[in-house]
Amino acid sequence: MAVGLEHFLILSAVLFAIGLYGVLAKRNAVVILMSIEIMLTAVNIAMVAFSRYSHTISGQVFVIFIMVVAAAEAAVGLALIIAIYRSRKTVDVEKFDLMKW
Amino acid sequence: MGLDIAFWVLAVVSVGAALAVVLMHDIFRAALFLVLCFFTVAGIYITLSADFLAGAQVLIYVGAIGVLILFAIMLTRESRRGSPSGRLRLPALLIGLLFLVTMIFVVVSTDWHVTSELPTEPTTTAIAQSIFGEDGFVLAFEIAAALLLAAVIGAIVLVREK
Repeated sequence: MAVGLEHFLILSAVLFAIGLYGVLAKRNAVVILMSIEIMLTAVNIAMVAFSRYSHTISGQVFVIFIMVVAAAEAAVGLALIIAIYRSRKTVDVEKFDLMKW
Repeated sequence: MGLDIAFWVLAVVSVGAALAVVLMHDIFRAALFLVLCFFTVAGIYITLSADFLAGAQVLIYVGAIGVLILFAIMLTRESRRGSPSGRLRLPALLIGLLFLVTMIFVVVSTDWHVTSELPTEPTTTAIAQSIFGEDGFVLAFEIAAALLLAAVIGAIVLVREK
């Protein structure tokens, strides 16, 4: 069976599910950010696959914007983690209770 | 045929690397597997004939985000404690599997309208025309530039020593 759109979409879904598991299950904030990056990459694969198989370039333009947002998110997220680590000496998200009332 | 083999190899390696990221105990090795996952995704972009995006993927994800994450791991010095799972491990597994089954069901049962046209190659000209051409994404491009500037300033303010 030749590789088609469905294969890329299922690969994207598998990667997204792995990232989703990582975000929900992990306690280390850096690993959670890494899982978010996996999820963003999975979405990009789906975008590029749709762009390729519907012969429109817009999907690839959206991927460029998603990459910009991902880079901004990674920079701010890691800065937040480092700032919290300075005051709390931990990156365990189950010990982050600054915003609990 | 060669493209099919390339897809299967890249797909298996990227899924294995992504699994290693969430299952590895040592977070430094997990970050290296994340870089491997980004590299294989760049290869998948090439099998989709998205040449410009494959280059951007290597530059932005492997180069910038990979290095940023490795720096964060070194600066937070938590690597010796590993990356344990929290209390939500089983619900997370269930939600992930539920999402995966739903998505596969939807993808397989939908009748996608696929064109048999060959992809445009190289894509750089087409992407540039789509962004900067008439009725393009110029406004979104400018907003993306402002977002990047705001993110850089925000990151500097957050980590600045008081």
